[in-house]
Amino acid sequence: MNMTNENPLVRFVDIQKSYDGVTLVVKSLNLDVAKGEFLTMLGPSGSGKTTCLMMLAGFEPATHGEIYLNGQGINRVAPHKRGIGMVFQNYALFPHMTVWENLAFPLEVRGMGKDEREAKVKRALEMVRLGAFGDRRPAQLSGGQQQRVAVARSLVFDPDLVLMDEPLGALDKNLREQMQYEIKHIHENLGLTVVYVTHDQSEALTMSNRIAVFDDGIIQQCAPPEVLYEKPENAFCANFIGENNRLRGKVVEEVNGNVKVEVDGSDATVEAVKIKVEGVGARATLSLRPERVVVGPKKGEMANIFPARAEELIYLGDHIRTRFTVCGHDDFIVKIPNSAAHAHLREGETVDIGWNAEDCRALDPSD
Amino acid sequence: MSQVLVTADGVPLKTSLARAQRRSKLKAVALVAPLFVFIAVAFFVPIIDMLFRSVENQLVGEVLHRSMPLLQKWDERSGELPEEEVFAALALDFREAKENKSGGRVGRRLNYEKPGFSGLFRKSARGADRMEAPYREAFIALDEKWGDIENWRVIKRESAPYTISYYLAALDMGYADDGGIARNSEDGRIYLKLFWRTLWMSLFITFLCLILAYPISYLLSVLPTAKSNLLIILVLLPFWTSLLVRTTAWIALLQQEGVINDLVVWFGLVDDDNRLAMIHNRTGTIIAMVHILLPFMVLPLYSVMKTIPPSYMRAAKSLGATPFTAFVRVYMPNTVAGIGAGAILVFILAIGYYITPALVGGQSGTLISNFIAFHMQNSLNWGLAAALGAILLGVVLVLYFLYDKIVGIDNMKLG
Ligand SMILES: Nc1ncnc2c1ncn2[C@@H]1O[C@H](COP(=O)(O)OP(=O)(O)O)[C@@H](O)[C@H]1O
Ligand SMILES: [Mg+2]
Repeated sequence: MNMTNENPLVRFVDIQKSYDGVTLVVKSLNLDVAKGEFLTMLGPSGSGKTTCLMMLAGFEPATHGEIYLNGQGINRVAPHKRGIGMVFQNYALFPHMTVWENLAFPLEVRGMGKDEREAKVKRALEMVRLGAFGDRRPAQLSGGQQQRVAVARSLVFDPDLVLMDEPLGALDKNLREQMQYEIKHIHENLGLTVVYVTHDQSEALTMSNRIAVFDDGIIQQCAPPEVLYEKPENAFCANFIGENNRLRGKVVEEVNGNVKVEVDGSDATVEAVKIKVEGVGARATLSLRPERVVVGPKKGEMANIFPARAEELIYLGDHIRTRFTVCGHDDFIVKIPNSAAHAHLREGETVDIGWNAEDCRALDPSD
Repeated sequence: MSQVLVTADGVPLKTSLARAQRRSKLKAVALVAPLFVFIAVAFFVPIIDMLFRSVENQLVGEVLHRSMPLLQKWDERSGELPEEEVFAALALDFREAKENKSGGRVGRRLNYEKPGFSGLFRKSARGADRMEAPYREAFIALDEKWGDIENWRVIKRESAPYTISYYLAALDMGYADDGGIARNSEDGRIYLKLFWRTLWMSLFITFLCLILAYPISYLLSVLPTAKSNLLIILVLLPFWTSLLVRTTAWIALLQQEGVINDLVVWFGLVDDDNRLAMIHNRTGTIIAMVHILLPFMVLPLYSVMKTIPPSYMRAAKSLGATPFTAFVRVYMPNTVAGIGAGAILVFILAIGYYITPALVGGQSGTLISNFIAFHMQNSLNWGLAAALGAILLGVVLVLYFLYDKIVGIDNMKLG
């Protein structure tokens, strides 16, 4: 469900895009972005995220449909007249200009006076804590510094909307996490609207107000991070975001909003919430987060309790990641809190594990 | 004081390191040695030889080895002819010259300085056998040119082992009657005009190549690889055809009865009587040379443009620059390396180009290189050819130096 909004800043209406006239890279995109929102397009590589961003920035024409910015159709507005800031994946800093000149460029082409220009560039550089680096060429900066210059440059002319295409993709893990917070803070402090593209689900969860999950040119689900994680609406989202246990099977019974599913390769029947399955007889994928599984529940405490064999234990400090074979599936992951109660589990041992019906979602059979 | 580091077996670390590196250094030297020898023999030696030839002047002193040392005592400003002993020695020199047939060469050499020496020396070598003392009178009787002090001045001047007269000739200058240096008379000035023409035509050809190559290279750099490879083959196609064939093709196209003139006349753009003169003149040289040198501009430009990510232009536009501003302020500065490399390559090739101007240049389209070739092959005045070549080399070096000052050689990117 898209959040409905009275006055969206950006509005994609029935957008389709094909590069070659044979395949649709974006199939019927409808999406609103509210003012001040941090919206992330998340999806595997090749799912059409960059294409959507390029259409919004004006570098690719939409094959069908209309994009609105502030209520105005912008399909025929040239990129340089859209006033949208953009951070490119490889930063696209101009190598023949110093950092200062890079930042002054958008102000110069707008014909801004020298004093005002200098003040703005200075402020933008200080915002990203690079005040002393104005005279350097981009090549003389580290990856993280270049990234900050790219962010500063996209903001220096005060755009309302900033697009970022995998801006942290080239950074190492620590730097990436630090930059995630910095970008997030800039977004909050300046009241910007950001459309952010990434294929990294943890990045999306950390930064976004709302995440649009892309697959195969279609938005699979668009929701705030916690909703997306807790209540995925289809098997793709459940799988793509966070860790997920999948059990496949066939619906055998339907009782007030729940279904009972007979799991393939065993005679066990699992009770789950009916989200996206047909009635009795249809195939389904059950989705269950590893941290919702309890080891050694009391009999009758939970709707689903099955014997499971511990195949592999990985000690991770705060929890122990355990792979079980349960109901004929040998890739069932459980995160066991590292407390005295569970300290005795050994590889090859068989224990009971269980979970509540409301934590388990019956979704489409997917592939 | 820090202790000297030693390896496990007690050898100082530095010695051990040097020993370890010596073998790889030797290997590296061995690898470049053949090329180095080749370049030394085929490139540096000829250039040094050329520079030497442009000032070398041993011939007169060598052949007239008895008379010339005596002539040095003669004061050319005295208004008198040299002493009898000079003439006597000269007679001996001529007898010897006749034996080993070197008199003609000296005559030809002196003829460059002043017409008439060639005949005089041939005649004197033949007549020296029959001469008797007093030799001064005998020589003057043989040919009265021997009584002209002016001729003796020339001989004395050119008996020195080194001369600047080739350079003077190459710069349209010469010795005046009083022995000073003066510019040639108006109709005797050839080479400066040719240098100037060579320079501006090369610059113009370079400029045309740049204008034509820039859009093509841009197109090549943005097309998908499969298509750009095909186009590159088309760009390189001229390289696979003989230079002569290509030049001849231009003659067929551009001559008065050629394809283009026929078409223009057929369309009625010009009368049959006023067919355009597009070959055997400057226009022909420029057209044919631009065609031949274009790939040398396209390739460096293409290789530089290929490395410019399309995101630069997009970034510039997203920052509010019009496509034109984005191109001028962001794209072009990033191609400077390619422009520099291509321009230098084309210019240096153009300034020394020989075959094409010779074939299609006619009177107004020949370049200095054609005259160098003429002096090497026809007039056999190698000294003048060498002086012209040396000046050309000097001009190129000066331009190269200026380029380095203005653009910077380090910015050049050849591929
Ligand atoms: N300029 C283009 N020309 C042709 N096909 C393209 C072009 N850009 C992207 N595509 C294709 O469109 C699909 C979506 O690409 P893209 O939007 O870049 O995906 P993402 O950014 O999600 O990885 C891919 O299959 C890609 O091959
Ligand atoms: Mg992408």
